[in-house]
Amino acid sequence: MNTRVLGLRANRPASHAASHPGTHPVLQRRQLERLSLAALLALMLSVALLSIAIGPVAIPLAEVLRTLGALAGLPVAEVAPQHEAVILSIRLPRTLLGLLVGAGLAVAGAAMQGLFRNPLADPGLIGVSAGAALAAVSVIVLGGQGLAFLTQALGPFSLPIAAFAGGLVTTLLVYRLASRDGRTSVTTLLLAGIAINALAGAGTGLLTYLADDQQLRTLTFWSMGSLGGATWPAVGSAALLIAVPLLALPLLARTLNALLLGEAEAGHLGIAVQRMQPLIVALAALAVGAAVAVSGIIGFVGLVVPHLLRLALGPDHRLLLPGAALLGGSLLLLADLLARTLVTPAELPIGILTALLGGPFFLALLLRWQRRTA
Amino acid sequence: MQPRKRLLTTVTGAAIGLLWCASALLAETGETSAQTARLISVDGAITEILYALGGEAQLVGVDTTSLYPDATEDIAKVGYKRALSAEGILSLNPDRLLMTDDAGPPEVLEQIARAGVDTHPIPDTPSVAGLHETIAAVAEVLDRTEAGAALSAQLDDELAQLEAATERSSKRPRLLFLLHIGSGNDMAAGRDTAADTVIRLAGGENVLHDAFSGYKPLSAEAALAAAPEVILVTQRNLEQLGGLDAVLERGALQATPAGQARRVLAMDGPLLLAFGPRLAVAAAQLASELGIIDEETDERSGLTAGQP
Repeated sequence: MNTRVLGLRANRPASHAASHPGTHPVLQRRQLERLSLAALLALMLSVALLSIAIGPVAIPLAEVLRTLGALAGLPVAEVAPQHEAVILSIRLPRTLLGLLVGAGLAVAGAAMQGLFRNPLADPGLIGVSAGAALAAVSVIVLGGQGLAFLTQALGPFSLPIAAFAGGLVTTLLVYRLASRDGRTSVTTLLLAGIAINALAGAGTGLLTYLADDQQLRTLTFWSMGSLGGATWPAVGSAALLIAVPLLALPLLARTLNALLLGEAEAGHLGIAVQRMQPLIVALAALAVGAAVAVSGIIGFVGLVVPHLLRLALGPDHRLLLPGAALLGGSLLLLADLLARTLVTPAELPIGILTALLGGPFFLALLLRWQRRTA
Repeated sequence: MQPRKRLLTTVTGAAIGLLWCASALLAETGETSAQTARLISVDGAITEILYALGGEAQLVGVDTTSLYPDATEDIAKVGYKRALSAEGILSLNPDRLLMTDDAGPPEVLEQIARAGVDTHPIPDTPSVAGLHETIAAVAEVLDRTEAGAALSAQLDDELAQLEAATERSSKRPRLLFLLHIGSGNDMAAGRDTAADTVIRLAGGENVLHDAFSGYKPLSAEAALAAAPEVILVTQRNLEQLGGLDAVLERGALQATPAGQARRVLAMDGPLLLAFGPRLAVAAAQLASELGIIDEETDERSGLTAGQP
């Protein structure tokens, strides 16, 4: 069944191990884990190559490989300068940004689902997306008037910086509301998140109402997400910010595994629960805040990718977190490839495609869960 | 002998003629890059001006706000002007991108510029003076400044005739222009909008000219207080709503003087809002619909003929 869901050859040994109880299950499991991650890495690399090779400008594969070869310092033949420019200044930064954003969102989603022990949790739950959206819409609508000092000081960076700051501030607020005397209740965190999301949503709604026609179009496109703003500076800043949670969250895999048993149980296992919870929340907020800042709101990746992997590989966060990073990047790149090529020379907002790919999957998941519990 | 000689002269003459034509053609193609550059226009008014100046053969892509003339349907569409795609535009292999201030996103424009495409800003203030600037800027890009000056002069001429015609009338109807009504957020036009200028040129008065700038959501009470005598909507909006009664049901429009008299005017949206070379035509059409100018007596001026 798992092989069917993920379609990975690496999962075949799993069914073998299950059907031959006489073999070494521990050894098999290790091997399986390594194979799964290798397969996911191979998937990510091939999707990345596709993303660099395919686009509205027709570039022969040989030229693509030659450009990449020249980048790696290999002595290769000349490439047409315009093709080289398309690959180096458009497709390559866009591919890297897609990998970073997809990986960041998926890892943050997996960590949130682990922390809240709730399969419906996504990074939006702690207010990151709603806060970032409120800040971004404020800049779009009030940038010419009330917030003119901000847009003048920061220029074209005011939108991403405001979105990032808005996401972090909202998360901090949610966290503060849920903490009392140095103790944080995960349930209150969840409920405070819902309340703050509603408030931020109201603010966004009010600004949307005040927006003029052009601003309305801008914020509609922003809220559907796009990797179209992928320039090297954007990739650089996103990489700096997303790399931290991307490397740190997998290190907290044991903590997340222990938290799956319950907060008290994790405490008995020697986990400093009260110190780890804010750390996980902060790392997830950092990843999502940076992702939203550079690409707008991209839904479903953070929710769907961890589920896909949990179905295929089980709930162990040591496997789940790196796997989510690889699969999240691959899925977002695939969606972006479709967004770029389906309606050329125009472009679809990527949020439409992630929701289109993610929606039916999520429904199927719900129906399966219903059947199983009935 | 005689017929053969005549044949010889004809053939020689034709050959010389052909050679001359070919050399002229060759000289022309090699000469000016402005007249062969591949252009993309991401603004409806710029596209209209390009057509009016005869530069349409150079047009390889337009945005989704370029709706007139109908021939734009056959040109590749590069999407909405504020959500352009860098590689999509580069795939059309353009030399120059003609755009207004609001084109974007800025990162995409930067990438296009870095790939060697000239991203050329064109001014677009919604006033008559602004339109002259737009025409002059597009004409310069095409290296057809004479045609541009002619188009500007023609526009001035049409506007002067229209002004003379509207001054003969004592009517100054008070109009309220509503954009997208019926979608829960009825947007009304204030000053500094294309609709405001067209209404003024047509000899009417925009009831919200002093109230605000740009488009703003209109409340029922504000509509009542503005007391418009005529409500102006776009043809498509009226069709979507399903007729005059549906328009008047919105807010307090029924209670306004316009609602009492059931005066709702629908105009072709792209014509009314494009703010291109058809500005005088749009204003004249509105003026005649309002009864400010008489279609019969002003026919000879060619104002209401509705030509592009």
